Amino acid sequence: MDFTRVTEFIVGDTQADRVVPPTGFTASLTLFSAAAMAFLAVFALALSMATGRLADRWGSELARSSTIRISAPEGQMAAQTAATLKILETTKGVASARALEPDEQRALLEPWFGPDLPVDTLPIPQLIEVIEEGEGFDAGGLRLRLAADVPGAVLDDHTRWRRPLVSAATRLRMLGYISILLIGAATAAMITLAANAALAANTQVIGVLRLVGARDTYIAQAFVRRFTLRALTGAAVGTALAGLAVFLLPAAQDEGGFLTGLGFRGWQWVWLLVIPPLAAGVAFSATQAAARKTLKDTP
Amino acid sequence: MGAEVIELENVAYSYGGGELLSDISLKLQAGSFHFLTGPSGAGKTTLLKLCYGALMPTAGEVRLFDTDVRAMERDDIAYARRRIGVVHQDCQFLDHMNVADNISLPLMVSGRDLLNESANLKELIGWVGLKSRADALPPELSGGERQRAALARAIIMSPDAVLADEPTGNVDWEMSQRLLRLLIELNRMGKTIMVATHDLALIRAAKSHVQARVLRISNRRLQLAGADL
Repeated sequence: MDFTRVTEFIVGDTQADRVVPPTGFTASLTLFSAAAMAFLAVFALALSMATGRLADRWGSELARSSTIRISAPEGQMAAQTAATLKILETTKGVASARALEPDEQRALLEPWFGPDLPVDTLPIPQLIEVIEEGEGFDAGGLRLRLAADVPGAVLDDHTRWRRPLVSAATRLRMLGYISILLIGAATAAMITLAANAALAANTQVIGVLRLVGARDTYIAQAFVRRFTLRALTGAAVGTALAGLAVFLLPAAQDEGGFLTGLGFRGWQWVWLLVIPPLAAGVAFSATQAAARKTLKDTP
Repeated sequence: MGAEVIELENVAYSYGGGELLSDISLKLQAGSFHFLTGPSGAGKTTLLKLCYGALMPTAGEVRLFDTDVRAMERDDIAYARRRIGVVHQDCQFLDHMNVADNISLPLMVSGRDLLNESANLKELIGWVGLKSRADALPPELSGGERQRAALARAIIMSPDAVLADEPTGNVDWEMSQRLLRLLIELNRMGKTIMVATHDLALIRAAKSHVQARVLRISNRRLQLAGADL
C-alpha cells in the first residue's frame, strides 16, 4: 500500500475540495446511512462473536464429556457403580471417569428441589462423569458392554442433544457474518445512489471542470474524497454509539444464558476500530466506481 | 505564421440522424485571428466544440497540436484543453466560488500552487477590469463582467489558442468593443484567436485593427466570407 497516497488522500487538496459545492442532501444521506449501517454492523458482529463463543464452548464440552446414570436397588448401587467404573477403565477413548459425590448431585438438583433435599434418603440415580480423550469412545460398543454387565446403567451421550445446539449456534454465527456482508453491500448501494445523485446534480460543475482542462481522476477525486470522509465520520459515530450500547448490556450471567453473553470480550473490542475504516473503504470504492462510470458516460 | 494549432480535415458531424456539419477543412495557425460567422443554428458552437475536443467528428479528422483527437485518451484531451482557452457564450462558472477563484480554476485543476500565481492572477483580473469584483459571486456579475471573467479564465494558463463563442452576445456595443480590444491584444501577444459571432458589425470593427480571416458556415459547410465583410 502506498501510504503517501493514502496520507495525501486523507489530508486532501484544499483547492480541489472547493470545486464541488459543499452542501446538498447527499451529505446528510451519506452520513446517516453510514452511521445507521455501522450501528447495525456492530450488533451483527456482537451476535456473531457471542454465538461463536457459545458454539466453541458447547463444541469443546461435547467432545469431552458424557454421563452414565445408574439406577439400581439400594443394595446394588455401589457394586454397579464400581463395575461401571471398571468397564470405563478398559474402554478406549476414555480419559477418566468418576462417580459424582452426594454433594455434587445435590447441587445439580438444587435448582428444582431446593437446598434441603435429603439425597441420601431418596432413590436418586448415581451419576458418573466420563471425560473423553482423542477421538472419544465408541458409544454403541460401550452401551452393549454396560447392558451386559451393568443392567441399570444408561449412557447419556451429550452429543445427541448438544449437537443441534452447536449446529444452531454455528449457523447463527454464519448468519451474523452474512448480515455484516449484507450491511456492507447495502452501505455500498446507498452510497452509490447518493454519489450518483451528487454527480447528476453537479453535471454543470463537471462540464466546467472539463472545459478548463481537469482530468477525470481530478474530478472523481473531488467527489470520492468527500463521500469517503462522510462515510468515515458517519460510521465512526454509529460505531461509537453501538459500542456504548453493547457495553451497557447486562454482564454475562449463567441465569441469563446466551442473552446476557451478547457482546465483545477482551481483544474483540478491537473489531470496532475496524468498522469505520471499512465503511470508508466501501464508500471509496462505491463512489469511485460511480464517478468513473458517470464521467465515462459524460461526453 | 507558424504551425497549425488546430486542424480540421474533411470533418463532418452528425447528431440525431441529421448532419450538422459537412466536409469542413480548417487550419488555425499559431498567431492567426479567425472570425466564424453564420446564422443562428448554423453550427458555429458545434464547430468550436470540435476544435477543442468536446465533440468527436463523425467523419474526417480533427488534430489538436498535431495529434488526432480520436487517438487521444481523455487525459490527453484534458491536457490539450489547458492549451486552448475557451470562452462560452453562457460563460459557465462555478456559482459557489467567487470571481477570482473561478478565474484561477484552470490553475487549480492543473495542480499549480495558487500562492505562487497570485501576482499573475491579480494582474490578469486588473487587465480585464474586474479588480473591484474579484470577491463577487458569478450570479452577481453583469453580462459584460461575466464575459471578461470568462476571458480571464480562458487565458490564465497562457494558452496557445483562445476560442470564444459569441463573447459579445449579451453585452452592449461599448462592452463588445472592450472585449474585442482584449482579444486583439491577446492576438498581438501571439495567441491564436477564433471568435464565433453573428455580429457583423463587430467583425467590421475588428478588421481595421487586426488581420483576420472571416469564415462563414452556410448549408453545413465552411466557406471564406466575401468582401462585403
